[in-house]
Amino acid sequence: MRILLVDDERELVSTLAERLSFRGIDADWVTSGEDALKKVEAETYDLAVLDVKMPRISGIKLKDMLKAKYPDMKFIFMTGHGSEEDFRAGSASAYYLVKPIGIEALVSKINEALALDT
Amino acid sequence: MSLPEKLRPKFWNHVPRNVSKSKDQFNFRRIWNLAVLLTAGVALVPLTIMTVIHYQVTQNAIESEINNHTYRLVRNTWGTVSYFLDERRTVLDLIAQDTTFEELNDPARLSAILKNLKRRPGGLVDLGVINSSGRQTAYVGPYKLMNVDYSDQKWFKEVMERGVYTSDLFLGFRNIPHIVIAGKYGLTDGSSYVLRATLDIDMINKALYRLELSGFGDAFIINREGILQTPSRYHGEVLDKISLSIPIYSSKAQVVNDKDPKGEPLIVGHAYIPDTPFILMIVQKKDELMKPWYKIRMELIWFLVISITVILLVTLGVVTYLVNRIYVADQERAMSLHHMEYSNRLASIGRLAAGVAHEINNPLAIINEKAGLIKDMFTYKEMYSEDKKLIGLVDSIISSVDRCGTITKRLLGFARHMDVSIQPVNLGEVIHEVLGFLEKEAEYRSITVSVDVPDDIPQFESDRGKLQQIFLNLVNNAFAAMEEGGRLDIKARRKDEDSISATVSDTGCGIPKADFERIFCPFFSTKTKKGGTGLGLSITCGLVQEIGGDIDVHSEVGKGTSFVITLPLKRKKERK
Repeated sequence: MRILLVDDERELVSTLAERLSFRGIDADWVTSGEDALKKVEAETYDLAVLDVKMPRISGIKLKDMLKAKYPDMKFIFMTGHGSEEDFRAGSASAYYLVKPIGIEALVSKINEALALDT
Repeated sequence: MSLPEKLRPKFWNHVPRNVSKSKDQFNFRRIWNLAVLLTAGVALVPLTIMTVIHYQVTQNAIESEINNHTYRLVRNTWGTVSYFLDERRTVLDLIAQDTTFEELNDPARLSAILKNLKRRPGGLVDLGVINSSGRQTAYVGPYKLMNVDYSDQKWFKEVMERGVYTSDLFLGFRNIPHIVIAGKYGLTDGSSYVLRATLDIDMINKALYRLELSGFGDAFIINREGILQTPSRYHGEVLDKISLSIPIYSSKAQVVNDKDPKGEPLIVGHAYIPDTPFILMIVQKKDELMKPWYKIRMELIWFLVISITVILLVTLGVVTYLVNRIYVADQERAMSLHHMEYSNRLASIGRLAAGVAHEINNPLAIINEKAGLIKDMFTYKEMYSEDKKLIGLVDSIISSVDRCGTITKRLLGFARHMDVSIQPVNLGEVIHEVLGFLEKEAEYRSITVSVDVPDDIPQFESDRGKLQQIFLNLVNNAFAAMEEGGRLDIKARRKDEDSISATVSDTGCGIPKADFERIFCPFFSTKTKKGGTGLGLSITCGLVQEIGGDIDVHSEVGKGTSFVITLPLKRKKERK
């Protein structure tokens, strides 16, 4: 499985990718919605972990754009702002984690989301 | 509570507030005083003036009516008496004209004349002829007066001088009151003689007696010395001296106010009867005559007193009611201003906290990941030999970040709930959320906090933000009331099918019974000097009511206080 991490905080997203790789999860990361859209052109991802609040293209918007292109793609949201509206918007077909997130929680959510597929 | 305290309106003891936005617009006592004075004045002044004018006009009218009546009575009676005496004098004149002096001196002739006259009632008793030198030359009648010399007598001199004479009353030998009249008549030779007759005045007595007089009225005749010439009902017998003052001479009938020896006011009508020493008097007791007026006057006074009482009562009632309404409205206005200010402040604090929490969350997440990465490297990569101490350090960083995360999440959660209104609420969650902020304080002050929310408390639809505020306020109050080492209990119970109750009890200083009624009133505070606005509980109470609940308090001074909130499980229409 391949996972794409999208967050405007480079430090966070790169570390997260590295930590996931320790756990046998192959993750790429980008720091903006635009980069993410480019990235998905080149490679196929099973799941995307998106920050809700990002400059220009928000996580929610990005999810809709990706979903349109790749209907099978799963999504997990991360947010530093646990707002109810974000939660409702994301909860329709995805998971929702509030920063700072525990790596174990993220891993189990990833597994859960992908397990639903099979 | 004593009666005056019960009657005292709420605004009476109002202490002017000095809080910037809710500065008093009104001085309620002054408004009340002014309104009562104006309203009562506008109603009472014309009423009183009208009544006084009416009183005086009526009194004057009645007095003048009485005076007029007395005056007419005096005039009529005076006419009767004068007529009687005039008639008798005319009889003498007729005798003198019809009869010569010689004929008069003939006893048989004189006797015949007297006999004729006696046939008529009130006639003459005797008849005598006196020559110019004062000797009685002829006489018929019951007395032996033949040849009596009157020349020295006062009456003879008077009749010679003035032509007519009427005597004072005297009692004859039959003890019947009589008066004497006399007239002077000229003879052809230039000399003159006097005709003298004695009159029975019983007819005058009867005429006076027959007068219908009200008010213990009395009609009688006195002479100029005040000796009664006719019997009176209340002022003495014939020939007694009356106790009243003798009226001053006047040619006309007059009515004056006088007093009897006992000081009782009298209305005295009098008239001097011309050519006689007589004064006709009609005396009536003023109080008796005025009795109908006194009755009207009493009614008038009662009417005035009752009207004034009613006007004052209505004025007081209406003004008090209205001012109280203004007061209550003003209090509500001030409270809602405060409430708004409070909510606004709380909302801005919430937004600020959320902003801070959000900003902190990102670096926190980075620290978390970096520390996690270090740990991962120790765990997964052989090249970083496992060092227990370093792993311990990293673990403590991660657990601190975790703690920070909990705080920021709680802040975010709290702030977020303030915007949202109705949603499913878990009471236990709300209570824990609130306590989350106060745990540290409780710890520092060694306050034991226990929460008991049993499983049978279902989720219910309510305003989470308001619930949070309610509990936050109550717990804050409880903390403020407690010394170190107190105990805070929060219990939730299923009350019945449709409601639950939550009790927040502390072991603090308690609330005196006298303050129970007022603690939920806005601006009631025992902590004004310490910066309390007196709004905490009133806002709490308002919030509880807004979500359709009730709040109650039990307290014992020195032992502690319990606030019991009853909340409906099914949301009713929200109260504004």
